[in-house]
Amino acid sequence: MEAFTTHTGRAVPLRRSNVDTDQIIPAHWLKKVTRDGFEDGLFEAWRKDPEFVLNRPEREGATVLVAGPDFGTGSSREHAVWALQNYGFKAVISSRFADIFRGNSLKNGLLTVVLDQKIVDALWELTEADPTAGITVDLQAREVRAEGVTASFELDENSRWRLLNGLDDISITLQNEADIATYEAKRPSFKPRTLTA
Amino acid sequence: MGRTLAEKVWDDHVVRRAEGEPDLLFIDLHLLHEVTSPQAFDGLRKNGRPVRRLDLTIATEDHNTPTLDIDKPIADPVSRVQLETLRKNCAEFGVRLHQLGDVEQGVVHVVGPQLGLTQPGMTVVCGDSHTSTHGAFGGLAFGIGTSQVEHVLATQTLPMARPKTMAITVNGALPDGVTAKDLILAIIARIGTGGGQGYVLEYRGEAIEKLSMEARMTICNMSIEAGARAGMIAPDETTFAYLEGRPHAPKGEDWDAAVAYWKTLRSDDDAEFDAEVVIEAAELSPFVTWGTNPGQGAPLSAAVPDPASYEDASERLAAEKALEYMGLEAGQELRSINVDTVFVGSCTNGRIEDLRAVADIIKGRKVADGVRMLVVPGSARVGLQAVSEGLDVVFKEAGAEWRHAGCSMCLGMNPDQLAPGERSASTSNRNFEGRQGKGGRTHLVSPQVAAATAVLGHLASPADLADADARTPAGV
Repeated sequence: MEAFTTHTGRAVPLRRSNVDTDQIIPAHWLKKVTRDGFEDGLFEAWRKDPEFVLNRPEREGATVLVAGPDFGTGSSREHAVWALQNYGFKAVISSRFADIFRGNSLKNGLLTVVLDQKIVDALWELTEADPTAGITVDLQAREVRAEGVTASFELDENSRWRLLNGLDDISITLQNEADIATYEAKRPSFKPRTLTA
Repeated sequence: MGRTLAEKVWDDHVVRRAEGEPDLLFIDLHLLHEVTSPQAFDGLRKNGRPVRRLDLTIATEDHNTPTLDIDKPIADPVSRVQLETLRKNCAEFGVRLHQLGDVEQGVVHVVGPQLGLTQPGMTVVCGDSHTSTHGAFGGLAFGIGTSQVEHVLATQTLPMARPKTMAITVNGALPDGVTAKDLILAIIARIGTGGGQGYVLEYRGEAIEKLSMEARMTICNMSIEAGARAGMIAPDETTFAYLEGRPHAPKGEDWDAAVAYWKTLRSDDDAEFDAEVVIEAAELSPFVTWGTNPGQGAPLSAAVPDPASYEDASERLAAEKALEYMGLEAGQELRSINVDTVFVGSCTNGRIEDLRAVADIIKGRKVADGVRMLVVPGSARVGLQAVSEGLDVVFKEAGAEWRHAGCSMCLGMNPDQLAPGERSASTSNRNFEGRQGKGGRTHLVSPQVAAATAVLGHLASPADLADADARTPAGV
C-alpha cells in the first residue's frame, strides 16, 4: 500500500447523499480481474450528463472528493476504491461513510475523512465558488485545511500508523503467526470443514 | 455484566488482543466467488503465500453465470474470463469449487447454509456484502473487500475493530400476509440506510422466534441495507432442526457437543446493547420501496411520499432525485404503479420457501399481458427441489420463465437485465439506480407481492388478487 502523509489538491464537490458503490462503479465493470483500469467506469451513469460535476473542465485534475452523507453504501466491491484511485482521487471527505467502503479505502491508501456536515457544507461552498481552491488533507496533523476552514478529524491510531507508513496488513498479521497456530490447536472438533480428510 | 450474543461469538474468536490494536479474529468459514477474489489470488501469488486453511474455504460461481443455456460456452467473453480465472485459481491453490453445472453450484449465501457449513457461533466472511445472511444461524458473518479476502486466504484471520451492538426487538406476531421481507424493509425504512452503521444488529422477540430459518436468512441478509455489516439471530430448536443431517453438520458426539455450545449462544438477560429499536409486528403490512435506496420504502397501501415532507435537506434532495429517476409523482398510489418485469430470486428470496410461496399464489393464474416474469432459484439444489415438487410447471404454465441458479437480475452482471426505463418488482435487495440494468427502475418486494404483481401487472398483494377474483366470474 502506498503511504499517505499529507495531500493538497483541488476538489470535486458532490452534492449527493447515499452514493452507493453501484453508482461509484457499476457491476458490469466488476468482471475485470485486475486492480486497475477502472477510471472510465467511475460514476459511469452520471458522467453521461455533460453537466455532471466530474465532467466540468474546471474539475479536471481534482484529487479530493467532497461528498454527501452515507458515501459508499451497499456492495462490498473494493473496485469502488480502485475506481476512485485510478481516476486520481487521493482523499474523500464526507460526514458519514459506509463501514465496508471505509475499511476498503484505508487498506488501499485512499484516505476517507469524516467531518461534520457543517464543515462539508463550507467546503462545498468554497470549492463551488472557487474551483481552483485547494484542500489540504494532513494525516500527520489529522487536520483538513482550506481557505477559511481548519478542521481536525478522527482516525484510530492503528489505521493512521499503517497509512503513514504504507504497511501491508498481511505482513503485520503474519508476525503473530504463533498466536494463530495456538488458537487453531484449541478449536473444537465439531466445527465444520469444507474438505473431508 | 452479561454479554450480548455478538460479544460472545466475538470473544470466542479472538486470536490476539493488544492495546491500541484491533482484535485479530479467527475466521471459521471463508466463502469465495468469481467477482471479488481474482485480485486476492494475484496478491498471494505475488508474495508467494499459500492459502492457510483450504479446509475452511469454499468457492462457487454465481454473479456472472448465465441462467439459460448453461451447457454452452458463456457468451460474454469478459464473464467467461472471470469464471475461468476462478477455476484456474482454485485448481492452483487447491480450493474446493462448485462451478456452473455442478449440483452444489448456486448463490454463495444459499450454498453455505444448504450444505450445513454455516452453523451457530461461527465467524463467516465472504467478499460480498450479503454475507450478513449467515448471521441467521447465530454467527458473526460479514462482507469484506478484496484486500481482506486476500488477508483471510493468507492468515485465516482478520484484524477488526469491535463493533457496537443494536437490539431490534419485534414484539407480537406478524399479521397474516406479512412476511420476513416486509419486516426487514420496514426496519430499514425506520432506521435508515445508515442507521446500523458501526453496529451488529441482533433481531429478537416473538415475531423473530417464530420465523423459519429461510425467513431468518431473508432478515439477516438485508442488515447491510441498513448500514450494518452483520445481523444475527440467536440459535434455537428451529436452527438445530434445520442443520441436523445436512452434509457438513456435526454427527454423533460432535453433534451433542455442538448443540450444548450452541445453546449458550444467547444474549444474557443483563446484557446491555449500545442501541435498541422496538417494532410492533401487528402494525406491519406488505411493504415495498418507491425510491433508489432500500430505506425509501412504504406500506403498499400508501402513496409515493412528497419530497417536501422531509425536514432533512439531504433526505429531501435524495427523495426528489429518486422520484425523478423512478419516473414517479408524489402522491401517486403505490398500487397504481405498473411493472414490466417481475424478478423472483437472489440471496434474499431465492430459497425453496420463497419459490413455494410464489407458486401457491400464481398456480392456475396467468402472468399479466406485457409482463415478463423470471424465476431464478438461489442454487441448483433449490432448483432441483422445486422441480421435484412440480413448481417449475406451475411457473411455466402461468407464463413465467424458469431459469437456472445464480445471482441473475439482482445485479445484472449476467445477461438478465432491465432495459433503460423498464420497471421491475424484484424480490432482491437493492433498488439502486441502474442496479438491475442501466436506467432500470426497481421496486423491492416480498415473493408474495412479486407473485400478485405479476398477475395484476401493478404493485399488489395477494389480498388484492383475492379482491380481483371476487370481481371476476370463476373460470376466466
